[in-house]
Amino acid sequence: MAQRGGAVVERAVKTKLSLRGVNMVFRRDGNEVNVLENIALDAREGEFVCILGPSGCGKSTLLNIVGGFIKATSGQVLIDDEPVAGPDPRRIFVFQERGVFPWLTVEGNIDFGLHKLDKAERQRSIRHYIKLVGLEGFEKAYPQELSGGMKQRLEVARALAVNPDMLFLDEPFGALDSITRLTMRGELLRIWEAEKKTILFVTHDIEESVQLADRVVVMSARPATIRRHVVIDIPHPRDISSPRYLELRDSIFEEIGLAHTV
Amino acid sequence: MENLRFWVKVRGVLLPISSVAVLIGAWQIAIAMNSDSLVPGPWAVLLGIVELAQKGLLVKYVVASLFRVTWGFLGAAVLAIPFGLMLGWYRRSELAINPLIQILRPISPLAWIPISILWFGVGDLAAVYLIFLASFLPLTVTAMNAVRNVSAVHLNAGRNFGLSQRQLILKVLYPAAMPQLIVGLRITLGISWLVVVAAEMIAVNSGLGFLIIDARNAGNRYDLVIGGMVMIGLIGLILDMLMRSLEKLKFLKWSYVS
Repeated sequence: MAQRGGAVVERAVKTKLSLRGVNMVFRRDGNEVNVLENIALDAREGEFVCILGPSGCGKSTLLNIVGGFIKATSGQVLIDDEPVAGPDPRRIFVFQERGVFPWLTVEGNIDFGLHKLDKAERQRSIRHYIKLVGLEGFEKAYPQELSGGMKQRLEVARALAVNPDMLFLDEPFGALDSITRLTMRGELLRIWEAEKKTILFVTHDIEESVQLADRVVVMSARPATIRRHVVIDIPHPRDISSPRYLELRDSIFEEIGLAHTV
Repeated sequence: MENLRFWVKVRGVLLPISSVAVLIGAWQIAIAMNSDSLVPGPWAVLLGIVELAQKGLLVKYVVASLFRVTWGFLGAAVLAIPFGLMLGWYRRSELAINPLIQILRPISPLAWIPISILWFGVGDLAAVYLIFLASFLPLTVTAMNAVRNVSAVHLNAGRNFGLSQRQLILKVLYPAAMPQLIVGLRITLGISWLVVVAAEMIAVNSGLGFLIIDARNAGNRYDLVIGGMVMIGLIGLILDMLMRSLEKLKFLKWSYVS
């Protein structure tokens, strides 16, 4: 796992997530659509894994299967060596900004999953996560009063407040403008390093995957298979002009079959 | 800036008032030109309303109509909304009951008048029952559709946080459906108000609908007939404005943006 400013250290860390032989076939109007084919994937504890592929290739489906919202047609999905039976608060899904509850304030949203704690703990948690994602001053605001980036941060805060082991992010920055996207990536990495969660991040943006991930899982178009794993061995903070960054990025370009020039 | 906003508000009030004034003026002129018409002019209507107020009947009739609407409408809301939400939530129950709803819907509540008089006699209960009937099905259908429009993302997020079915319905479904329910309530309230007037023309001895029929029957008092109509319109407007102000509450406003 890459460490900030230091050397790359490969620790013998336990496997958090394990997929074997996962297939997904959607049946619609009598037609069968093969969306995922023979997916095998591991994620170590605390690892930041990006699932990269073109739109519509099935990577969101894969994330939904891992999150427990859909059942795979066949194959095995294990988290902590237990099969995934359904959605679980230990694995929180972060959707694009539309996932926040618009009828609750910022505080109300973060408080949403905290019903098991007592009042003092809830207050402490809320304050901590508002500070962590940088939404101080907006505690009583409603999501409609926030910008897209702020809504996204709110959703991350809400997810983190229940202290999950894993975070699944499905193109969370897709609806944001590109400048905000850059800022949000930095924020996410900062939070990841502070909270040390295992993260699965789905994106179609090659740059984004190389900037964020410890490992990029490159997927093909539908029916999606895993073409390659690319380990990003650059420590954070990553210089996006460094030769190693460009080398890794270009290798992914080639893997997907894209030219370097537009 | 404050100045501009003030004038915008003034304009917002002056424009409707002036169009109403023009209408009243045209009415007065038309009456003046047809002096043998039975239909009274606006001034005569106003005097008629004042006469009712002096006799204490105005307040009595308004309260009677409002009373019936309140009981019938609230009774329907309390039953129809959970019922409709349940129908929307459980596919199978909707498939079973929807055809029945679609058959009952086109039947005008007024067609139920003979039966409700048979069951409840002439009086308040029959009128309240009619209001209840008029409100129940529209509210059920509103609730059913509101469930359908709740975002799957929100429901999945709720499941993700470990909510039980019951908690999911209380903490996600209800709040997410609320804006649409409020709009449905406002529209159905309007329907109820229409029905109460019709119901009172037949089934009871007080209220604004009764006033209209009685004023004509008891002496061709068309000034009171139109006065009753004016009161019905004004109260209907106030009820609608009250419901609209509910829609402006912060935790409901989110659905009406864009």
